[in-house]
Amino acid sequence: MIEERFDAIVVGAGMAGNAAALTLARKGLKVLQLERGEYSGSKNVQGAILYSDMLEKLIPDFREDAPLERHLVEQRFWMMDDNSHTGLHYRSDEFNEERPNRYTIIRAQFDKWFSKKVQEAGAVVLCETTVLELLQDAYGKVIGVRTDRKNGQVGADVVVLAEGVSGLLGTRAGLRKTPDKSNVALAVKEMHFLPQETLEARFNLRGDEGAVIEAVGTISQGMTGMGFIYTNKESISLGIGCLVADFEKTGQTPYGLLEKFKQHPSVAALIAGSEVKEYAAHLIPEGGFKAIPQLFGDGWVVVGDAAQLNNAIHREGSNLAMTSGRIAAEAIFQIKSRRDPMTKENLALYKKMLDESFVMKDLKKYRDMPDLLHIQAQNFFLTYPQLVSKAMTNFLRVDGTTKREKEKTTFRSFLAARSLTGLVGDAFRLARAWR
Amino acid sequence: MSAEAAVRVEDKLYLNRYLVDAGRAHIKVRPHTTPSPQLLSLVNVCPAHCYEMNSTGQVEITTDGCVECGTCRIIAEPSGDIEWNYPRGGYGVLFKFG
Ligand SMILES: Cc1cc2nc3c(=O)[nH]c(=O)nc-3n(C[C@H](O)[C@H](O)[C@H](O)COP(=O)(O)OP(=O)(O)OC[C@H]3O[C@@H](n4cnc5c(N)ncnc54)[C@H](O)[C@@H]3O)c2cc1C
Ligand code: SF4
Repeated sequence: MIEERFDAIVVGAGMAGNAAALTLARKGLKVLQLERGEYSGSKNVQGAILYSDMLEKLIPDFREDAPLERHLVEQRFWMMDDNSHTGLHYRSDEFNEERPNRYTIIRAQFDKWFSKKVQEAGAVVLCETTVLELLQDAYGKVIGVRTDRKNGQVGADVVVLAEGVSGLLGTRAGLRKTPDKSNVALAVKEMHFLPQETLEARFNLRGDEGAVIEAVGTISQGMTGMGFIYTNKESISLGIGCLVADFEKTGQTPYGLLEKFKQHPSVAALIAGSEVKEYAAHLIPEGGFKAIPQLFGDGWVVVGDAAQLNNAIHREGSNLAMTSGRIAAEAIFQIKSRRDPMTKENLALYKKMLDESFVMKDLKKYRDMPDLLHIQAQNFFLTYPQLVSKAMTNFLRVDGTTKREKEKTTFRSFLAARSLTGLVGDAFRLARAWR
Repeated sequence: MSAEAAVRVEDKLYLNRYLVDAGRAHIKVRPHTTPSPQLLSLVNVCPAHCYEMNSTGQVEITTDGCVECGTCRIIAEPSGDIEWNYPRGGYGVLFKFG
């Protein structure tokens, strides 16, 4: 394929790979980036919310030409039962700032733009190339990759594995285990197109303002899961995701769940009359801190979703991917500048730098959340939403029952469903995991 | 799963762009007489409904509509029921939006 040797090979042109390749190329390293899709983004699926801060660290003036959809001014959390939702809405005009903090994006388009920046920085970007395996020497040191191109072997001092959540190469080479089915969620989503004015009227938006709805409750049929509705310029990204282990156990179909979510009375009106233009599915790492594998070794580092760096509680993944990609590249550059070899010992610098960043600190903070939500799925995703809905109807309906009696009814319904120790225990466990 | 739902997912897949690598399925099901519970679960879990039970009780795969999510690999590769690879570079699903 290519006779030359490279300082670094980056596998994958998603958020993590693009951040790594851009940083390495800018520092003057000879970089080859390999992507199996037709172009960067053609295989990638996200909600998608982009967090400005982490992109600014790579491309400070990204607002000038990046394909951004809307900046977010409103966040809605919904707790749903079959006919209702109880919502918490936060909207602030302060989000209409000069340099907004969160935007919606469309990944296929965004990644294409990001990849152009990588190419401009001098990296060799080769798409339509699937990497089949890592090349290792007799001591297990990674020395390059084998691709599906003709004579498809290429060598490099270090390989940056930015291959996404499935992480086929790393798992095949025995660098880490295949993610466990209780540590990954499967999300399905659709793109619903609407005339811009209709969309803005339905979501109460002006200009480039955007809104986000994240929903839990009976929509996931007792599984650990979440629905989402994100506003783009003239489309809505709508989807739902649940743990793979829960899908396997319940036998629910992902598209069946998606249809039900769309038919919910609180959702149906928002998408009425839309034209659906795409159906996609993707995995999301959900295991948090405890699921993070070995991050470096002789001749390799792993970044982004492949390293399971995803904060499921806050729906953050891309920013952790971009940050880990950038930090890995900075560590590699430091080692290279010292003319040191890319050994496991030296590449430990990447982990050290990552530990000091928000990536590891945030994931550590929530280390007990995944277990809690997965083991108690029935309570958090089915029982409580139903109870809250009942409590709200009871509270709002004016029917001659005294207020004291209404309070009693609500309290009794909670007790009947969860018992006092159950309720207190859940509150305690949630508070502790959140701490 | 009802036949109705199967029809609906095909309507969804029809919206997508694919470059099918004819004759080179990237996922293969190991020959079997009775499917394991893991393999059987894929009939419902696969978001593109690529897995289907045939008339003699074996689970078969048609990869044309696969969206390459990797879910079946997580469930059924450890049990040895399937062999999972990415399509060749450039082939497979091509997301316009993602
Ligand atoms: C439905 C959904 C909603 C989400 N919402 C949000 C959100 O709102 N905000 C947020 O921050 N995060 C969100 N995430 C998470 C976010 O999408 C991921 O964390 C992020 O994409 C990870 O980036 P990555 O570069 O590690 O992996 P990816 O973006 O998956 O990139 C991996 C790349 O590697 C390529 N590749 C893999 N293997 C090979 C190979 N062998 N050869 C060649 N190329 C290969 C792939 O084609 C792909 O381009 C969401 C995810 C999903 C699924
Ligand atoms: S990768 Fe996903 S879409 Fe493809 S066959 Fe497996 S489960 Fe179905």
